[in-house]
Amino acid sequence: MTEAQTEPKAPGSRPSHPDITQRKDAWWGEPATIATIFIAFIIYATFRVFENNYFESGNFLSPFYSPKLVFDWWKFSPAILILWIPAGFRTTCYYYRKAYYRSFFMTPPACGVDPYGKDGYTGETKFPFVFQNLHRYFFYLAALVLIFLWYDAVVSLFKPEGGMQLSILSIVMFANCFFLSGYTFGCHAYRHLCGGSLDCFSSCTKAKTRFKVWEFVTKLNEHHMGWAWCSLFSVALTDLYIRQVCTGAANPIILFQF
Amino acid sequence: MSESHSRSKEATLKVYRGDGAQGQFETYKVPMEAGMVVLDAIHYIQANYAPDLAVRWNCKAAKCGSCSAEVNGHPSLMCKTRMDHFEDGEEIVVQPMKTFPLIKDLVTDVSWNYRVNEKIKPFSPDESDTKEWVIYQEDIERVQEFRKCIECFLCQDVCHVLRDHEKKDGNEQFMGPRFLVRTAGLEMHPKDTADRLDYLKNEGHIGYCNITKCCSEVCPEEIHITDNAIIPLKERVVDEYYDPLAKVFKNMFGGGKNK
Amino acid sequence: MTSNIESIETVEHDVIVVGAGGAGLRAAIEVSAQGLSVGLVCKSLLGKAHTVMAEGGVAAALANVDQEDGWETHFRDTMNGGKKLNNWRMAQLHAQEAPDRVKELERWGAVFDRTKDGKILQRAFGGHKWKRLCHVGDRTGLEMIRTLQDRGVHQGIKVYMECTITKLLKDGDKIAGALGYYREDGRLILFKTKAVVLASGGVGKIYSITSNSWEYTADGQSLAYEAGAELIDMEFVQFHPTGMVWPPGVRGLLVTEGVRGEGGLLTNNKGERFMFNYLPESTRHEFAADVKEAKEWIDAAIAGQKTTARRPPELSTRDNVARAIYTEVKEGRGSPHGGVFLDISYQDSDRVRKKLPSMYHQFKELADVDITAGPMEVGPTCHYIMGGIKVDADTAQTRVPGIFAAGEVAGGMHGANRLGGNSLSDLVVFGRRAGLGAAEYAKGLKEMPKFKDSDVQAAIEELDAPLNRTEGPNPYDLHKKMNEIMSAYVGIFREASEMKIGVEKVAELKKEIAKVRVGGGKKFNPGWHLCRDLKNLIVAAEAVAVSALSREESRGAHSRLDFPNLEDEKWGHVNSTLSKDGDKMKLEHKPLASMPADLKKLFETK
Repeated sequence: MTEAQTEPKAPGSRPSHPDITQRKDAWWGEPATIATIFIAFIIYATFRVFENNYFESGNFLSPFYSPKLVFDWWKFSPAILILWIPAGFRTTCYYYRKAYYRSFFMTPPACGVDPYGKDGYTGETKFPFVFQNLHRYFFYLAALVLIFLWYDAVVSLFKPEGGMQLSILSIVMFANCFFLSGYTFGCHAYRHLCGGSLDCFSSCTKAKTRFKVWEFVTKLNEHHMGWAWCSLFSVALTDLYIRQVCTGAANPIILFQF
Repeated sequence: MSESHSRSKEATLKVYRGDGAQGQFETYKVPMEAGMVVLDAIHYIQANYAPDLAVRWNCKAAKCGSCSAEVNGHPSLMCKTRMDHFEDGEEIVVQPMKTFPLIKDLVTDVSWNYRVNEKIKPFSPDESDTKEWVIYQEDIERVQEFRKCIECFLCQDVCHVLRDHEKKDGNEQFMGPRFLVRTAGLEMHPKDTADRLDYLKNEGHIGYCNITKCCSEVCPEEIHITDNAIIPLKERVVDEYYDPLAKVFKNMFGGGKNK
Repeated sequence: MTSNIESIETVEHDVIVVGAGGAGLRAAIEVSAQGLSVGLVCKSLLGKAHTVMAEGGVAAALANVDQEDGWETHFRDTMNGGKKLNNWRMAQLHAQEAPDRVKELERWGAVFDRTKDGKILQRAFGGHKWKRLCHVGDRTGLEMIRTLQDRGVHQGIKVYMECTITKLLKDGDKIAGALGYYREDGRLILFKTKAVVLASGGVGKIYSITSNSWEYTADGQSLAYEAGAELIDMEFVQFHPTGMVWPPGVRGLLVTEGVRGEGGLLTNNKGERFMFNYLPESTRHEFAADVKEAKEWIDAAIAGQKTTARRPPELSTRDNVARAIYTEVKEGRGSPHGGVFLDISYQDSDRVRKKLPSMYHQFKELADVDITAGPMEVGPTCHYIMGGIKVDADTAQTRVPGIFAAGEVAGGMHGANRLGGNSLSDLVVFGRRAGLGAAEYAKGLKEMPKFKDSDVQAAIEELDAPLNRTEGPNPYDLHKKMNEIMSAYVGIFREASEMKIGVEKVAELKKEIAKVRVGGGKKFNPGWHLCRDLKNLIVAAEAVAVSALSREESRGAHSRLDFPNLEDEKWGHVNSTLSKDGDKMKLEHKPLASMPADLKKLFETK
């Protein structure tokens, strides 16, 4: 075989590939939709953080503000102290990386479509993207936050004045925790930590339990994208519901109490 | 079995004819047959209009990975791309793979891949272990997925790092999804003792992969290239180069090479 | 037109291996391991050889699943399958060495499916008494070729990809080199070498319905024949019983015997398990007596348990099953597209997908059939040629000094019919032996032999001729014609009156092929490549037709309507042997070597 020839570099300069793509389907649909949802979520979340109000009603606490960290020396919204954790977890998430590299950075926007800007691509080898490698640390922290959210959901079953109640809002909070757990524990980094780093699952020591955990995480991980979206929506909706309860625009809809 | 009745009897193919420097798309009419694939249409063109139309193929059963091309912009094996999946009357555009230097028509020079492969440290079992190997199915299930690879190089073709950013040579060489899959198959083999992490990071440049998953989308063997091979390898590289706590964790619970 | 021979790229190796399938790769690895320089020449890209199509498994008496197994039983099954026309020594070496070759593959990185206790898993296959086929789902060939490829690459074998050898060059009576051209641009390459190992595969492209790829154009058979080697048993062409029959574009595509090994049932359009009616008397006792016993065997196999039940009749030898299917269809009991039904859908669908993943995809994508939900339609397809170049069993050397042959291109190992799974093991056992034989031969030569420039010149002229002609037939038309002739006159069932017409038509076609013309240049021109391939194919077509006409009996894969019985007395101890005699093909019937007494004894016990 001959050595690789030097290829013409400018886009469209190859007669075999004259256009940015030959795809005829709506390849731009997916990145456009994802970009729209991301922007909407970011706007809503930013608004809620700086609103610094309507996040707690009785025993219902918004997930954006949990755990509630109130200090004398901190004059801003307590959400800022906590929200960088889930934000960092999602930003470094292997699924979201794909989604935003495609829809925001357009490297590439879709498969078989020319990327935006051909020069200077360094992937995840240089600042800032090299920090994606710290995803697992965000996992540790996100798992910690998740404990508080489960705690909040349980607390919401108790009336502040004593006794218990079951409300639609509590069910929403539990559902949110369920989706967040599915997302958090299906994380690629966790899959690696719990067993993926092993080369041998059975005949080697100490591996069998980790293999079982890994198998379970793998099942979650196969649908990581689904969990990622469901939990993103559930967390926003839970917060919105609690906000509406706080403003009086909605009520928790108590099903029964004693 | 579905046999379509209402379809027109003829398909239109626009096939690239020429080499890397010059060429043009030529249009051919091909009679449709039940269950026909794009490769059948190309063969029809060869036998009836253009005997010198260059195309690679071998098994015609999606097992050898020779007939890789781009059909309507999608990197695909021509032998498993059904003609009846296109709209009736739709013009079907067939191009060679973009990532590799074009030899002629639909045939590209894929020798670069073979040179990359040679650099990967081979399978290295412990030579002193002469007993018959006991390996359980669950130990090798992951590896077996990677070994389904038929080396069609469609993942290499669609990967934008190679396709558009052309990180194929010198200090910036990216080994590409195919060879990350091969490396994963070696690294996760329960009997392998070699360490390829330094190579992955510093020579194969696994960091260039931004996990946009096009390789997984085009894989005709449906290997979960990104989720099962590349990301686990990235995590192993993190263990070694980016995560101080991982060392402590490893010492406590074991892992990595089976020592 | 003359070419300047000095200007041709010339390389020197101790050994040249032609063909990079299982046998070629294994041979090259062995030569390299002996410390010699080796060049591996292949028509396709490395790793695309036909070995990747092998699905079911590699036969080796490891006795991991059925402890009763041993090389003696494997040997006996092979000889019985080949109707004792096999070269007994090859069959013996094969059965004895296959287990070591399989374990060696594992040590080189092959990842076989495992038994519950962590050993290499083995499955049942047609004609094998015990579960003997080591496998990886239904892609065993791919696993093998990738393992060998990687081993070879890291051992420093020089690979010449997409390069076709067109002529073997000699110095007196011994081999001295070879001429080839790169498919990419038609430029020539001259190999100077002490020995050549031919491992170029079979001849399937002489038929229209075939499971073989375009590469199977009898290159090795023809090169060796032209160089003075003998071809034997060329009448024995194996028609695999289960090829796809629909849609037309994939007609002939292989459906692995593994489907039957995993419990697949063959039925006709009346729903009858017809294979019960086609079991030969001599082996009937090895098979289940009725549907109930067959079911017991399958249930036990799925559960991984032992059973006293005997195998289902679907696991009879390939020649037998192919004839049965052909007969069912001919007598009007076939499926809608002219095959019979093969059904595995009664089993758990996850298991089917796990055990037969590529079959599942093949049918789903190419035929819109979900094999976990309904039956497949299958019919016979040309698959393999048992005959080939005559070689010495121990060294794989032909009668031409320095030419060796291994794998499908070599004859003798499989006799009149090959058992499934014996091909992959054949590749590694005799690939290694051929490599060893060639290395030893090359070491024995003091200096590099020299070929004559005039031979090179003649070969170049022959190669260029189709491009230089201004008129002549189109190679694609001629190829189609050959397929039609062979399928019509020398197909699954044969008779003298038809074969005589076939032989005549092949002779006429040969004259036309000498006049073939093609347009375009030398740059990756498949039409021009086919012109070269036709020259090889026609040698095989003639060899098959002539040998088939001469053997007046039915044996293994060779079924004569006019001579329906096995004629042991007259034909049981001779090979049809062909050699080049001027411009003619000379046919002789040469006696087989007789088996030593200790091996003969193996056939007395049941």
